[in-house]
Amino acid sequence: MTIAVSILPDQRLAALNEIYRKAVARKRLRVALGAAAFVAALAIASVGAEVNLRTLFTYFGHFVSYFDRLLTLDSGSRVWTNIPEWLWGWKKWSLLLGETILISYVGTLFGAVLGFAFNFLAAENTSPGPWVRFIVKRLMEFCRTVPDIVFALIFVIAFGLGPMAGVLAITIHSIGALGKQYAEMVENIDMKPVEGLRSTGAGWIACMRFAVLPQVVAGFASVTLLRFEINVRSASVMGFVGAGGIGVELITAIRKFYYSDVSAILLLIILTVFVIDIGTGWVRGRLFGKERRA
Amino acid sequence: MTKRSMLETDGLRARYPDVFNRPVSSRLAWPSMLAGALAIFVFGLIHLGFSPIRMLNGIHQLGWISLMMLPPNPGASLPLYLRALGETLSIALLGTTLAAVFAFPVSLLAAKNIVPSNIFRFPIRRFLDTIRGVDTLIWALVWINVVGLGPFAGVLAIALSDFGALGKLFSEAIEGADRKQVEGIRASGGNALHEIRFGLMPQVFPVIAGQMLYFFESNTRSATIIGIVGAGGIGLQLAEQIRVLEWQKVSFLILMILIAVAVIDWISGKLRFAIIGPRAVA
Repeated sequence: MTIAVSILPDQRLAALNEIYRKAVARKRLRVALGAAAFVAALAIASVGAEVNLRTLFTYFGHFVSYFDRLLTLDSGSRVWTNIPEWLWGWKKWSLLLGETILISYVGTLFGAVLGFAFNFLAAENTSPGPWVRFIVKRLMEFCRTVPDIVFALIFVIAFGLGPMAGVLAITIHSIGALGKQYAEMVENIDMKPVEGLRSTGAGWIACMRFAVLPQVVAGFASVTLLRFEINVRSASVMGFVGAGGIGVELITAIRKFYYSDVSAILLLIILTVFVIDIGTGWVRGRLFGKERRA
Repeated sequence: MTKRSMLETDGLRARYPDVFNRPVSSRLAWPSMLAGALAIFVFGLIHLGFSPIRMLNGIHQLGWISLMMLPPNPGASLPLYLRALGETLSIALLGTTLAAVFAFPVSLLAAKNIVPSNIFRFPIRRFLDTIRGVDTLIWALVWINVVGLGPFAGVLAIALSDFGALGKLFSEAIEGADRKQVEGIRASGGNALHEIRFGLMPQVFPVIAGQMLYFFESNTRSATIIGIVGAGGIGLQLAEQIRVLEWQKVSFLILMILIAVAVIDWISGKLRFAIIGPRAVA
């Protein structure tokens, strides 16, 4: 049995091959040009960022030995051989971690309430007017583009050192981030209930409350929990600029080279973040397990 | 009329007892949760030292600061700031690239369809989670201790913290890839590397490129932050000007950051469009 493979006449085959080669060559040229541009950008960037490969290799040893020192107690033994000594400050640290969580909780809640108030003005389908929408959207963009730690720096000067500045910084950032996410959700709703309500003569607020809110409340709660998780992480560094939480202890330990303290605090932060991750995941599952899994 | 509607209600009650007589536990669930949340909130306000007087004073101060910020004015240090901005962008680009280069092989190891064994995958995933659990600023501080002050520490900090995030996202992209292409390569006699290169890469590359662009964007923001602890870039200038209360320069720097982020947003949107095509831009 022979297998018939249809082969085109040479002439047509040559023409088709030519077209194919041209198409491939064009694509390859584009990829090569893209790659060249990327490499050039990298080269410029490495000059800009003062990168030096030789120093990197020398420093890599430092990096490894830094971690080695992080895991060594003052007495010279490994940290896990003497855990009470390693975590000697756990009482103070867990109080500060509690404060960190509280900062992000209060900040997220403030941000959620204000973001909630703003989002109906920013969503395309519920906004009372294009001007309001434009202004609110730009305002929220500003809130989330400026990093929260910059707000913290400014608030520390305005409100004084302490967790209040951290809370307000997180609030501002959460207004921007949550407001945007909320508004996107509101833009995706079904408009029929709103029309139904409006046809009965309901005002704007009543429309929002009874037609829009029931459709989005589960999604709102879900993204708010996620934001809380993110905020716990950023609250852990608010202390770097004096805005409360565990960050103060951490930056002191790093700056003063208390190596084992650094690793102990890092461990506690990582554990806290894990617990919060798992906790909010669990709450999300309990609240909306059946309807939505975001 | 009223009688009829009453009757209807009674009928509804009889037919749907669950809706009208919800158990006490489910009726109390929402109010008690709200009360709990509110209680923690109030406790937080008290514990964190919120008071109306401090709030008013602070807002008053903030008002002054905002007034003093106008108009934004760089003074004589515009070239310095432009160079710092360039440094920030360099940090973001190099950090993202470095993170992606290291994250890709690790993400292969963390993907279920490449390494089926749970014993290998689990520690790698936890390792990535641990790296992600630590904020970029903390990594920056660690790297400053290792390589000294300067933008290089910033590059390494961004690379390390994004390594965790990108590793996870890449491995998810790989797990979401279609099996059929890979099987096709194997059927035609390709080895494991061929499978990855020709079966997997064409599928995951657009996703990975999209994520890299997105991270470049967000790293422009992070790169401004890490300057605050001394890792170079525009954040260093910003933190310094805030500390010496040069508010006009501060507002100018913030404006610069906002514009840079907006421009990069726009460019990377275009690039993503070119790489992925209009279909998958999400």
